[in-house]
Amino acid sequence: MPWSSDRLGGRPRESFGLPLVLVAVVVLSSRLLLFSTSSDEKRLSIYSTVANYSLPLSERNGQDYVVLLEVLDPLGTVTAKTEGNRWKVRSNDSEAEFIAGKKRVHIGRKGFDLPANFLLENGHGMVPLSSLPQILSRILGSPVTFHENSRRLFIGNAGVHFTAQVRKLSNPALVINFTAPVNPSIATEPGKLHMHFSHEALLPPASPVLTFDSKTIPSASYEESNGAAEITVTGNAPMFATFSDDRKTITVTAAPQTAAQTQSVPAAGAPATAAASSGAAPLRPVPSGTVSSAATAFGQRQYFAVVDASHGGDERGAALGDQLAEKDVTLAFARQIRQQLESRGITTLLLRDGDINLSIDQRASQTNSAHPAIYLGVHAASQGPGIRIYTALIPAGGESHGPFIAWDAAQAAFVSASQATAASVAVELRNKQISVRTLAAPLRPLNNLNTAAIALEIAPPGGKISDLTSPDYQQLVASTVAAGIVNARARLEAGP
Amino acid sequence: MISRHLLFGALVMLAISLGMGFYVWHMRGVSGTEFGEANPQSVAPPVSGPTEQVVLYVAYDDAGVLRPQASRIPLPEGRQQRAEELLRALLGLYLDKSSPHPLGTGSEVRNVYLVDPGLAVIDINSAFANSHRSGILVEELTVASLVQTLSANIPGITRVKILVDGKERDTLAGHADLTRFYDVAAVNQLAAQLQTAQ
Repeated sequence: MPWSSDRLGGRPRESFGLPLVLVAVVVLSSRLLLFSTSSDEKRLSIYSTVANYSLPLSERNGQDYVVLLEVLDPLGTVTAKTEGNRWKVRSNDSEAEFIAGKKRVHIGRKGFDLPANFLLENGHGMVPLSSLPQILSRILGSPVTFHENSRRLFIGNAGVHFTAQVRKLSNPALVINFTAPVNPSIATEPGKLHMHFSHEALLPPASPVLTFDSKTIPSASYEESNGAAEITVTGNAPMFATFSDDRKTITVTAAPQTAAQTQSVPAAGAPATAAASSGAAPLRPVPSGTVSSAATAFGQRQYFAVVDASHGGDERGAALGDQLAEKDVTLAFARQIRQQLESRGITTLLLRDGDINLSIDQRASQTNSAHPAIYLGVHAASQGPGIRIYTALIPAGGESHGPFIAWDAAQAAFVSASQATAASVAVELRNKQISVRTLAAPLRPLNNLNTAAIALEIAPPGGKISDLTSPDYQQLVASTVAAGIVNARARLEAGP
Repeated sequence: MISRHLLFGALVMLAISLGMGFYVWHMRGVSGTEFGEANPQSVAPPVSGPTEQVVLYVAYDDAGVLRPQASRIPLPEGRQQRAEELLRALLGLYLDKSSPHPLGTGSEVRNVYLVDPGLAVIDINSAFANSHRSGILVEELTVASLVQTLSANIPGITRVKILVDGKERDTLAGHADLTRFYDVAAVNQLAAQLQTAQ
C-alpha cells in the first residue's frame, strides 16, 4: 500500500511539490501547525525496499497496538481468516496464528509470547507495537531494526544516509548529500531551519549534533520522533534551502537577513523590501503598522555594506584586453574594497567571491535581504580615464500601489541617499587626483535595490589597460572609495 | 465564295481579340506598379526633396559626452516615418568612418513605432546590439542618444522602449537595461549630465 494521505488519517501535511528552489520563509505559525498536528496522534513509520508508509497506533490497556494486516499489506500478498477466537494470517509463505486474549503466538513451527495479549476487534488482529520487530522478522525472514522511541521501523537494508558539510563561499552554504532522493517539509524560525522527513528512511548520523567551522551556520542536529526524522540547521542568519542532484542534495544557504522575517521596514513612503528570490513576484506587501525608523532597521543589520563584483561565471562582461575579462577585474577590485571597508570597521558582504554565475535578480534579492546601508556595484572599463560613479536612472512606470512597491522602482526613495554617497566618494577620489564623474545610469540592479546604491565603473587612470590589474591602483581606488563610504556613514544611517 | 456576313464577323472577332490583348497588356503593367509600391523592401529613404532642421544628440566617446548637433535632413510627412528617418540619420553618423561613437557594421534601426499615448518603440536589429561595445558609459551614450534625439524632434513622446529584432532583450551589451521603459523626462536630465565631461 503506497504512502497516502489516507494513511496519514487525512491530517494536514505540508507539501512543497515540484519546485526545486524553496525559499523557506514560512512563518512560525505554519510550522507550529505542521508539527503540532503530528504530535497529536501516535504514528508508526515503516521503511522497506518495497514501500515506506505510516500507520496510526491505538492504545489498549496502556500499550500501543497496531493492526497487523495494515502492517503486512504493503509488503506483499497477505491473507487472513478468523476461526472463532483464532486469527490466522498468511504472508510470504509464512503462516502465523494468534489467539484473541492470549499472548502465545505461533509463526511457522515456532511459538513465542507477546509482551501483551493479542486483540481481535471487528475481525482486525492487533498486536502490541513492541512485538512487531519479532513478528515481522519471522514472517518476512528479513532483519528488522526498530527505533522504539521514535516509532520508526526499518526492514531489510532500507535506509537513507546523509553527510553534511559547510562550503565556504562568499555566502556560506551547508551542503547535505543523501543516498536517495528526499522530499522533506521545510520550515523556518529565527535562527533555525527545520527539514522534516516523514516518509524517508533517514538514518541517524554518527553523532546527533554536527558542528561546522562556520560562524554563519555553526551546527545542525538530527532527531527522531513520532515516526519522523528531522534535521535542524542552526544559523546566525535566516536561511533558505535549495534542492539539486535529483533531490539528493539540499543546500542550505544563509542570507544575512531575509525580508520576511524582519519586522523592520523603511519609513513610511519608502519602498518595501523587494522579492526575496529570483524570479519571484516583484511586489511584496508590507504589513501595516510595522513601520519603524531607519535606525531600528540598521540596529538589526548584519552588514553595513554589500559589495557586488559584476558579471562572473559564463558572463564575462566587457573584454578589456585580449586575455582580460571585466569579471576578473571587478572581482579583484571588489575584494580590495571589502578589505578596505572592513579595516575601517564597516561590516561588508561580498556577493560574489569567486567565478560564479549570479543573475541580476539574485544580486538584488540577496542585497535587499541583507538590508545593508549601502550597495556598491563594481564594474570596469577600458575607456577612461578614472572612475565613473553611477546612481540609478529610475525607469518609467513602476508605480507603487499602497504597500506594494514596484520592483523596477524600488530605488526611488533612496536616490537622494545614493547621490549623497556618490558625491562623498567622488570628493575622496578627487582628493587623490583621480578623475571622476557622477552620472545616472539605466543599470540593474541599482533600480531594484531597497537601499542606497551606487555603481563604480573603474577605468585605467591613463588609458593603460594593465593598470586595472595593478595592485597599487586597485588599493588606491579601494581605499579611497572606502574612505568616501566612511564619510557618508552618518548620511546613510539616517536612512532614505 | 466567302459571304459578306462571314467576312464581317471575322473582322469583328479580330478587333475584339486585339482590344483584349491590349487590355491585358495594360493591366499587367498596372499590377506590376502596385506590387512594387507594396513591397517594403523597395522603400528607400528620401535622398532629395525639402529638408528640415533637426537636433541630433550625438555621442562622443573620447570625452564621454552627448552633444546636441543641428542638422538638416530630408524628412517625410508621416510622424512614424519621420521618427525612423531621424534615427537613421543619427546612425549614419555613427556608421561613418570618422564616427565619434562607432557602431558595428550592419547596425540598423528596423522600425520605430509610435503608440499613443506617448510611447515610442525603437526596434534595432541584432547586429546593432551584438556588435555594440560593452560598458556602462558607452552603452548609456547610445541609449541616451537614441531616446533624446527621438523625443527632442517628435513631440508628445514620454516613454521609449527599445527592442532588438522585435524582441525584448535584457541589456544592450551587458550593462544598459533594455527591459525597462525609458522615461523621457529622466533621460532629459541624463542628457544634461552627459553634456559635460565632469
